[in-house]
Amino acid sequence: MNKAYFEILRAGVNTTIQDKGRNHLYHVGIAVSGAIDQRNYIFANRLVENQFNEAVVEFAYQGPLLRLKNGKINFAISGDIFFKIIRKNLGAEDGECYKSYILNEGDQIDIISTKNSTYGYLAVNGGFDLKKTWGSYSTNTKANIGPNDGKKYSLKDKIFIKNSDTKNLIERKINYSYSPDNIIRIIKGTNFDYFSKYAIDKLFNEDFLITNLVDRMGIRLKGPKLENIVNTNIKSEGLVRGVIQVPADGNPIIMLSDHGTVGGYPKIAVVIAADLDLVGQLTPGTKINFREVSLEEAQNIFKAYTDETNKYLNECN
Amino acid sequence: MIKNISNLGDTAVYCDFGSEVNEIINASVIDYFHHISKLIKDKKIEGITNLTPSYNKLIISFDLTITNYKKIKNFIESLTINRDIKNNNQKVKIPVCCDDEYGLDFPRLIEKLNIDKEKILELYFSKEYFCYMTGFIAGMPFLGDLNKNIRCNRLETPRLKMPKGSVGITEQFANIYTFESPGGWNIIGNTPKKIFDDKNLDQPALVNPGDKVSFYQITKEDYLNWYE
Repeated sequence: MNKAYFEILRAGVNTTIQDKGRNHLYHVGIAVSGAIDQRNYIFANRLVENQFNEAVVEFAYQGPLLRLKNGKINFAISGDIFFKIIRKNLGAEDGECYKSYILNEGDQIDIISTKNSTYGYLAVNGGFDLKKTWGSYSTNTKANIGPNDGKKYSLKDKIFIKNSDTKNLIERKINYSYSPDNIIRIIKGTNFDYFSKYAIDKLFNEDFLITNLVDRMGIRLKGPKLENIVNTNIKSEGLVRGVIQVPADGNPIIMLSDHGTVGGYPKIAVVIAADLDLVGQLTPGTKINFREVSLEEAQNIFKAYTDETNKYLNECN
Repeated sequence: MIKNISNLGDTAVYCDFGSEVNEIINASVIDYFHHISKLIKDKKIEGITNLTPSYNKLIISFDLTITNYKKIKNFIESLTINRDIKNNNQKVKIPVCCDDEYGLDFPRLIEKLNIDKEKILELYFSKEYFCYMTGFIAGMPFLGDLNKNIRCNRLETPRLKMPKGSVGITEQFANIYTFESPGGWNIIGNTPKKIFDDKNLDQPALVNPGDKVSFYQITKEDYLNWYE
């Protein structure tokens, strides 16, 4: 029997394959990549009964238009997404996020746009039929690593599906809805002392705007100039997701999943792990505020965030 | 030796080996890197997801669902590191075309350094460099040290797109952008040579920490006809 696949009728803005990410390669300069919003990535997989490390399609803003060929599958979309399911010979119906659907040969999924967020996820039962590179399905378009030769999808590309179990298709739901927040919690960075008292006061009390310069590498912010009184360059050193670097122009940059593994701008702060999903979803034009938390508080917040994720996973039926 | 250990956010440990940059401090960072890599491979420590050695820092990233800062810090403090005596470092030669269309920052460098392009090139090409680390986007080698007369700070605002193969300098260091990416180094030329190869799973980077690197100048014609 021929393998089921999605035919891409419209690629969307930035449609790639992602998973949990790729570890143990920072030392050669390869970022973790992986889904920007890990909670929604896990939810999408849970809805179609996949293991949590199965590959999903990540899309940004306008998503793809996909037609299913050769088979019958179970799929789900997570995030804050406006999408339609176009049934062959029956017409379009509005789709709901956090709910799995059965899709038949010839049916289409039209992912029209994200709403108050940047990224969404599409998972299919059984996962996509792709090769792992260094233990991960994630696409790193900056270094051209991963599925589709490390590039985002284009018109007419095909995304093959492993082996959908057509006997056991169930529609599932998670009772969750995505809600954005513009308060981002941070821990002082290793170069926090490089900044003037005045700059620190502004960091915690003024608005920062998400500019249009947003991608999977990072987010450039615009706000009051954060004045550095020690040195605007440091010797290049490692970065991690969530690090906020401040170049000499005083405008902070938040590192996301495809970030360069090292950088030479001072680190004023680091976004806490529990807020990384949220930060990645921020859209251009949004204003955010930073709040300082201690390491211990951050760990507790992360524990609560993980417990909450697990609660939703357990409630899925 | 590590001078100070602190947290970088809630998912990484920041090991500081000092503020100087030299081959001795860098060798100590690399020793820790090899030692911890081995312990991870042998499953002697759990939860570490990445190690990032640099000139004089080692950042250890971890999975907060498995471990935490305190545990990793204690683990690092308990280690006894032996000098790594293996010496399989190579010498690498890299071609560079410095025509104005590739050497994007000559106007800035000439102004800041107050010397002409010929002198910058002479000083740049006359040295052999040491590779302190690799990173950024896939295999970018961080090389040093540049002649004192051609040292310049990073761009005030990083470029959004550095062309692939761009050869850059900043402070006492030189490097090569292995892929098109944002970046803040002063660009003096471009290399047609493949610096990173993801088909080579064991050693994807052409230049690795400890290697010696020299550059040689090529014409635009050589550049355009480069084949490997």
